[in-house]
Amino acid sequence: MTGITGWLRANLFSSLSNSVLTVLIVIALVLLIPPLMRFLLIDAVWSGADRDACLASDARPEVGACWAFVRERLAFFIYGSYPIDQRWRVDLFFVMLAIGAAWLLWLEAPRRDLAAAYLFIVVPIASFVLLYGWPAIGLAQVDTALWGGVLVTIVVASIGIVASLPLGIVLALGRRSSMPAIKVLSIAFIEFVRGVPLITVLFMASVMLPLFVPDSWSPDKLMRALVAVAIFSAAYMAEVVRAGLQAIPRGQYEAARALGLSYWPMMRLVVLPQALKATVPNIVNSYVALFKDTTLVFVVGIFDFLKTIDVAGVDPKWATPVTSATGYAFAAIFYLVFCYSMSRYAKDVERRLDVGARE
Amino acid sequence: MPGDADSAVPFFRNAKLFRAYQAVRGFFRNPDVLRNTYQLCLCALIAGVAYLALSNAAENLSRAKIATGFGFWNVTAGFDISETLIAYSPQTSTYGRAFWVGLLNTLLVSALGIIFATILGFLVGIGRLSRNWLVARLAGFYVETIRNVPLLLQLLFWYNAVLKALPELRDSHVLFGGVFLSNRGLYLPKPIFEPNFWLVPVAFAFSVVASVAIGVFAKRRQERTGQRLPVIAMTIVLVVGLPLLAFAAAGFPLAFDYPHMDRFNIRGGMERLPEFMALLFALAIYTAAFIAEAVRAGILAVAKGQTEAAYALGLRPSPTLRLVIIPQAMRVIIPPLTNQYLNLTKNSSLAVAIGYPDLVQIFTGTVLNQTGQAVEIVVLTMAVYLAISLVTSLAMNWYNARIALTER
Repeated sequence: MTGITGWLRANLFSSLSNSVLTVLIVIALVLLIPPLMRFLLIDAVWSGADRDACLASDARPEVGACWAFVRERLAFFIYGSYPIDQRWRVDLFFVMLAIGAAWLLWLEAPRRDLAAAYLFIVVPIASFVLLYGWPAIGLAQVDTALWGGVLVTIVVASIGIVASLPLGIVLALGRRSSMPAIKVLSIAFIEFVRGVPLITVLFMASVMLPLFVPDSWSPDKLMRALVAVAIFSAAYMAEVVRAGLQAIPRGQYEAARALGLSYWPMMRLVVLPQALKATVPNIVNSYVALFKDTTLVFVVGIFDFLKTIDVAGVDPKWATPVTSATGYAFAAIFYLVFCYSMSRYAKDVERRLDVGARE
Repeated sequence: MPGDADSAVPFFRNAKLFRAYQAVRGFFRNPDVLRNTYQLCLCALIAGVAYLALSNAAENLSRAKIATGFGFWNVTAGFDISETLIAYSPQTSTYGRAFWVGLLNTLLVSALGIIFATILGFLVGIGRLSRNWLVARLAGFYVETIRNVPLLLQLLFWYNAVLKALPELRDSHVLFGGVFLSNRGLYLPKPIFEPNFWLVPVAFAFSVVASVAIGVFAKRRQERTGQRLPVIAMTIVLVVGLPLLAFAAAGFPLAFDYPHMDRFNIRGGMERLPEFMALLFALAIYTAAFIAEAVRAGILAVAKGQTEAAYALGLRPSPTLRLVIIPQAMRVIIPPLTNQYLNLTKNSSLAVAIGYPDLVQIFTGTVLNQTGQAVEIVVLTMAVYLAISLVTSLAMNWYNARIALTER
C-alpha cells in the first residue's frame, strides 16, 4: 500500500495498541483544540477602549480573549513606567543589543572578536548611560523604579549573561587549576551557588547586601537583583565553560606549552577560542534559561514582563473575567516565540559545529 | 655576566647589587613561589573583604537594633500556617516549629512532584520515539511548549485559570471513593491508623531487604551456573504480599474518615489546598518535559547495533528492551535525571508566588519579616537546600563512578 493510505497504515495504525492510541488522541484533540481556537481567535475582541468591549452582552454571549486590552497597554508592557518622551532611549538600547547579539552569534561574521568587545564592554556602559541617564550630557535621570516590562526582562537577562561569562570563565579555569586554594574556592563557590534556588539568592542579595556595604552606598533594588542574577548565572556558566574546556584534546595544551606559551597566553590564544566556540549552543541555552528565570525577580519587588502583565490585569478599567487569562496567554506567546527561536538557533549552531568537526 | 641577555650590567655600578637583583627576579619567577603568592593574595583578599563585610553588617545591625544569634528559634510564632503535616498551633508553637513545618511541606511537594514527573517524563520521552506519528508529534509539541514557557507563568496559570475556576464548595465535583473537588481544595478520605499498624511498615522494610538479598543471590547464582531465578516476580510477591499478610495478622488496623457534605461545610476527611495542587501540577508537568528529553537522549544513545544483535540472537522486543536497551540507557539517563530532581526541589521555592507554606515562604517570608534577622534566616534556608543538593550530588557521583565505562 502506497500513498496516503500506506502512510496512515504504517504510522498511525500499525498495531492494535497504536490504533487505539491514535483514536484516543484524535478524540482528545477534537475536544481541546476548537475551544482554544474559539477563545484565542474566533470569539476574541480585537479592538475597544475599556472593559465594556470585553464583557459578555446579549449581542455577544461568548467573549474570548480581550486582545483590545493587550493593544491598549502594549507600551506599558514593553517600557513599564519609563517616561514617554524618553522612550527613544529604550528603543536605542534594544537596537544596540540586537546588533551586538546578531554580530556575535552569526558564525561567519567578520571580526567577531570586535563583536565580543562591543557586546561585553561598549554595550553595557553605553546602555547604563542611556537607560539610567547622565545629566551632564543632557540625558535626564530615570529612576530604576520606573523601569518595567520587557525592558527589565531584557536588561536582567542580558546583564546576567554579559557579567556571568567572564566570571564563569575565570571560575571554570580556577576549578581546573592545580593551585589548591584557588581550586577549592572555585569549587566551593560553584557548588554553593548551584545548590540553592534562585529565589534564595535573590533574597540574599536584596536583604543582606544592604547590610554588608557601608550605609552611604545603598544599592537600589534593580542593582541588587542584577548582582544576584549575575552570581547565580556565573556558577552555571562556569559549568558550561568547563564542559567546553574538557572537550579540548590534551594535545592542544601540550603543543601550546611546547611552543613556549605561559598560562594566560595559552588560554587566550589556543584554548579559550576553541572552548567558547564549542559551547555557543550551551551558552544560548543558558540565556534561554536565564530569560525564563527573570520572572523570579518579582520576589524583590521588581516589575519584569510577567509582573507587569499581572499588575495590569487588576486595573479596574479593564476588569473582566477574561482579562487576566488574556494577559497570561499573551505572556505565554511572547515567551514561547522568544525562547523557542533562541533554542532552535542553538540547535542549528550545534548541528553545524558537529558537521564542521566531523569534516 | 656570561649568558645575560639584558643590558642591566652597566646600570648597576655594584656587581653585588646586580647579583642581588638577579636573585630577587629569579625568586619571583620561580613557579612554586608564584603559585603560593597568588594563593596567598587571593586568600588575603577574600579574608579582607569578608572582614569588611561582616564589620559593616555588625554595625548596621546594631544601629537598627536587630538581634543576632539564633535566639529567635524558641520564640512563639504567633502566626498561623494553612497547611501542616505535623501539629502546629499559632499560640504555642515556636519559630523553630514553623521551620520544621515549612521543611516538611517542601519535602512533601518535592517528593510527590518527583514521582509524578518521573512517570510522566518517562512516558513522554518514550512516546517521542514511538512509531505512531501522532504520538511522537504530540509528545514533541508538549516538550517544546512546556520547556519554553517560564515555570512561574505555568504555576500562575494552574492556580488562577484552572483551580480557581473550579466550582464552589456546595457544588463540588464528587469523584469515586468519596473525594470532593472544589475551589476550596481537594477533600480526601483520611486514613486513621490504629495501634497495631506499625507491623505493616516493618514488614515492608523486611520485604525490601529480602528482595535485595534475593537479587544479589540470584545474580551470583546466574554467574556461577547460568540459570536464572524469576527475581522480579519474587520481589513483587514479597513487597506486596508480606505487608498485606502483616496487615491481616494485625487485624486490619486501618479505618477511613470519609468527608461528607454538611450544611455549610465539608466535615471529616483530609484537605489538600489548591495552592498545594497547583504547585504539584506545575512542578510535575514542567520537570516531566525535561526528564522526557533526558530519557530520549538516553535511549538514542544506545547504539542501534545493540537492538539488531539482540534480535539476531533471537530475543523478542520486550526482553530486548528490558535486558539490553534500558540498562545501557540508564547510564546516560541517571545523571541528568538526578539534576532534574534537584531542580524540582529548588523550584518548589516558587511557592512564594501563590502562598503555599513551604520553607522559603514561611521562613524567609513571614519569620524574616517578623524578626528582621535576615542573615541567620537566609543562611539557614540556603544551608537546607545546599544539604539536599550535596547529598544528592554525592550519591550520584558514587553511582556514576560505579557504572562508568573504564577507558584506558
